[in-house]
Amino acid sequence: MVYGPQHDLGTPPGAGPHIALTIDGATVRVPAGTSVMRAAALLGNDIPKLCATDNMKAFGSCRLCLVEIEGTRGTPAACTTPVREGMVVKTQSDRLARLRRGVMELYISDHPLDCLTCSANNDCELQDQAAAVGLRDVRFGYDGENHLAMPPDGSNPYFDFDPAKCIVCSRCVRACDEVQGTFALTIDGRGFASIVSAGTPVDDFLSSECVSCGACVQACPTATLTEKSVSEIGLPQRAVVTTCAYCGVGCTFRAEMRGEQLVRMVPWKEGKANHGHSCVKGRFAYGYAKHADRITTPMIRGSIDEPWRPVSWVEALSYAASEIRRVQATYGMRAVGGISSSRCTNEETYLVQKLVRAGMGNNNIDTCARVCHSPTGYGLKATFGTSAGTQDFDSVAAADIIMVIGANPTDGHPVFASRIKQRLRQGAKLIVVDPRRIDLVRTPHIEAAFHLPLQPGTNVALLSAMAHTIVTEGLVDEAFVRERCDWDEYREWAAFVARPEHSPEFLEAVTRVPAADVRGAARLYATGGNGAIYYGLGVTEHSQGSSTVMAIANLAMATGNLGRPGVGVNPLRGQNNVQGSCDMGSFPHELPGYRHISDPETRAAFAADWGVALDPEPGLRIPNMIDAAVDGAFKAIYIQGEDILQSDPNTRHVAEGLEAMECVIVHDLFLNETANFAHVFLPGSTFLEKNGTFTNAERRIQPVRKVMEPPAGLEDWEVTQKLAQTLGLDWNYTHPSEIMDEIARLTPTFRGVSFAKLDAAGSLQWPVNEAAPEGTPVMHVGAFTRGKGKFVVTDYVPTDEKTGPRYPLLLTTGRILSQYNVGAQTRRTANTIWHQGDVLEIHPSDADNRGVKSGDWVRLASRSGETTLRALVTDRVAPGIVYTTFHHPQTQANVVTTEFSDWATNCPEYKVTAVEVTASNGPTDWQSAYREFSDRARRVEDVEPAE
Amino acid sequence: MITAEKTVHMANQIARSIAAGSEDEAARATADHIAKFWDPRMRQIILDHVAEGGEDMLPAARRAVEILRDQGPPRPA
Repeated sequence: MVYGPQHDLGTPPGAGPHIALTIDGATVRVPAGTSVMRAAALLGNDIPKLCATDNMKAFGSCRLCLVEIEGTRGTPAACTTPVREGMVVKTQSDRLARLRRGVMELYISDHPLDCLTCSANNDCELQDQAAAVGLRDVRFGYDGENHLAMPPDGSNPYFDFDPAKCIVCSRCVRACDEVQGTFALTIDGRGFASIVSAGTPVDDFLSSECVSCGACVQACPTATLTEKSVSEIGLPQRAVVTTCAYCGVGCTFRAEMRGEQLVRMVPWKEGKANHGHSCVKGRFAYGYAKHADRITTPMIRGSIDEPWRPVSWVEALSYAASEIRRVQATYGMRAVGGISSSRCTNEETYLVQKLVRAGMGNNNIDTCARVCHSPTGYGLKATFGTSAGTQDFDSVAAADIIMVIGANPTDGHPVFASRIKQRLRQGAKLIVVDPRRIDLVRTPHIEAAFHLPLQPGTNVALLSAMAHTIVTEGLVDEAFVRERCDWDEYREWAAFVARPEHSPEFLEAVTRVPAADVRGAARLYATGGNGAIYYGLGVTEHSQGSSTVMAIANLAMATGNLGRPGVGVNPLRGQNNVQGSCDMGSFPHELPGYRHISDPETRAAFAADWGVALDPEPGLRIPNMIDAAVDGAFKAIYIQGEDILQSDPNTRHVAEGLEAMECVIVHDLFLNETANFAHVFLPGSTFLEKNGTFTNAERRIQPVRKVMEPPAGLEDWEVTQKLAQTLGLDWNYTHPSEIMDEIARLTPTFRGVSFAKLDAAGSLQWPVNEAAPEGTPVMHVGAFTRGKGKFVVTDYVPTDEKTGPRYPLLLTTGRILSQYNVGAQTRRTANTIWHQGDVLEIHPSDADNRGVKSGDWVRLASRSGETTLRALVTDRVAPGIVYTTFHHPQTQANVVTTEFSDWATNCPEYKVTAVEVTASNGPTDWQSAYREFSDRARRVEDVEPAE
Repeated sequence: MITAEKTVHMANQIARSIAAGSEDEAARATADHIAKFWDPRMRQIILDHVAEGGEDMLPAARRAVEILRDQGPPRPA
């Protein structure tokens, strides 16, 4: 795609019945509610404009888009004038040209005439419109009062603000309000003194409430707000549409390139997940791809005490394959396994599970979804029949009640959070179930109707109390339940939740949420119209994670909130391809498409296609692999794109397991913490360096397109294929599209998917098959995938993790906006300016009791281990609860978390750890020893690789 | 052995969470769950534990393992 900005139609689309009008002699039919500006643009007659852009409401301030309309006096603005049946519009005349030139003269009289040296030269709407209106002279001259001496603000690491170039069109302010919903910007002053201002008068962009989503930069029609990268590199020459590799929202971007250099990532307006919006990570935090820490040469070593030795691909893969076979010959076929990555493509994860099943001869394949959304897979399959969320993101626009449980969308899924906030500002009601007062509870123009700050570990009790209210107060949608669900199972469930011990009043002692609030929230969800539930890892990462998912499903079925837009049960997936890695058979008990390995028919289909017999027994899950390794029964592992030492619970136990293995193969971008225990390092490729697909949280399969070559020469699927070939497998894929063809051939829900179809449609939501050739935005319409919806009785069982005199506080963990999981990517970008280290949030009363102040070093200890980090005293957390993130290896928050896990899936119980906090003056023994070990383990021999 | 310590806890956890009905129902559901989700070595470890007396196991969990025992040993690799 040759570079050029996306066509801007000026105003958002209309939504009414189509009507006809005439513009410049041509007839056009558009929906009622469309502006004259948009109708003209659809005809190809772009009307000059500056303050209008098609992802925001018309503003009508620049007065450049004036038109003549038969029977209408004056020259109305095209952006604010809706079309009418039979309207006759003229977009160009001598009078209009004269008026527009006059307006443009005023703008240019107060604008620097430095076009040739301006970063936006040839990519500036002001410049374009000056040309479009035929501006040849500025009668007012340039010597009058102006804003040209205003100082620029370069405080943000990713973009500059140059007020001298501002035309006060308010597009940036409106983008911050309407698109992002942060309201960080404003127009300060009046008349000629009007200026764009971030935050208060003493703020700059960095110190303001700006979240660096980039919406203002994208909206700016001049060089007032410009990416620093454009200033440094120059304008792009081409654009490639691809999919972000951060969270599960799956934003699509135009990677705008100059040669092989990425100039900027601009959100793609046609992207069906993000509709042209972005967050600080996807928009700006891609610099890790070129970071000096990238390892670009394969490396091996015989022992983790030795330095790494750079070698050729052939030598590295031969060594890895021979070690896998040696271990299997010595310890048995099941002594080896692999871990696929939710950051890699569908095609890559498919190949990793195929490598394990067909090449290693067992089912010891797992994925990082184990530690986040494996309970979603279990719970939604049990109740609805398939392991996925029910809705598309657009569905939220039809929601009346939005219930957010155990998720922090403004930090974890910021682009979808903006969609939620848009709907809430339109009047939808919000219920937040979270121990912390997340930002969504109270943010500009939004306040939750109910915030239920439950005690960590009591999700099932709270949901039982809500169900009790709905059942005993007669709020069940009985018609829905009778038609769509198993009635006997419903009756059993209803009788269970109706017991007095499940009342909000009885359970208040457990949840610590006032019963009246629980009843109020339950009534609102059941009776407020379309009720949509969005949940995150605060639901799944518990000893009852799977029970909580099923309890949520029960609630949605009981209230009839399934099977249409505006409702549903929607897991917000943590990583870009959590959904896809699960779809692709990355769990040790399932083949692609969520079919159990014990099913002879499914196994036979794969065995026939792959030409090997398959082990019918389920394999090891990640925590089981670590335990087996400590036992001495699991000896070799291939890990693609996951840093289990930093991300998985009880770090010391994970380290013990990794150290006990004889061959650890790490396939990654960087020498991560896990690589400290590795014997083979295979350089990975970023999402910019490969082709394939990701599947986001709404089951949307989207293309990932290569824009630059991987520095080590191979895309990740090619590395896995070469390892498979070295192990003796006859794989000969020449492009990921061939892998997708195989997936489609073997997986019913992907039967209609191909790269050609994805290129044509932009994206597809599975199931894509004979029954739904264009995909499935909303699932379970008319009937559940499993037939009748299944109510599952979910009894509250308290976690075994208990507070006591030694560990009196409860730790819960999460992530923040600017950083991403273990931070391997974001820590290698300028995002560190917002978050240089993990901090411990602690309530003022708990801090006072311990003599702790904000900024102090504190020791955080549990029965698993201890670490030190800085404290942040805040009432965002309740008394008795502390919170931290796990983005930094210096902290290693998971030294503290325990081995307790979800009963059904072994998803770790990250959200509940009994801890104590005390004042500290230095790192723990573990931190000191680990730092020393890590420095030693990362040594690389200074030798040229052998060819 | 780490796995041996954990399988007892895991089996009890499943038996307590998987069904709120009778002990027999919980035992059957637990047995089915273990068969579907535990690898052969873990299953053999819990079978051996019950064969040695099944210390610290809830009745439903112990019964679940007995159901598994009656179904025959895990298949070798």
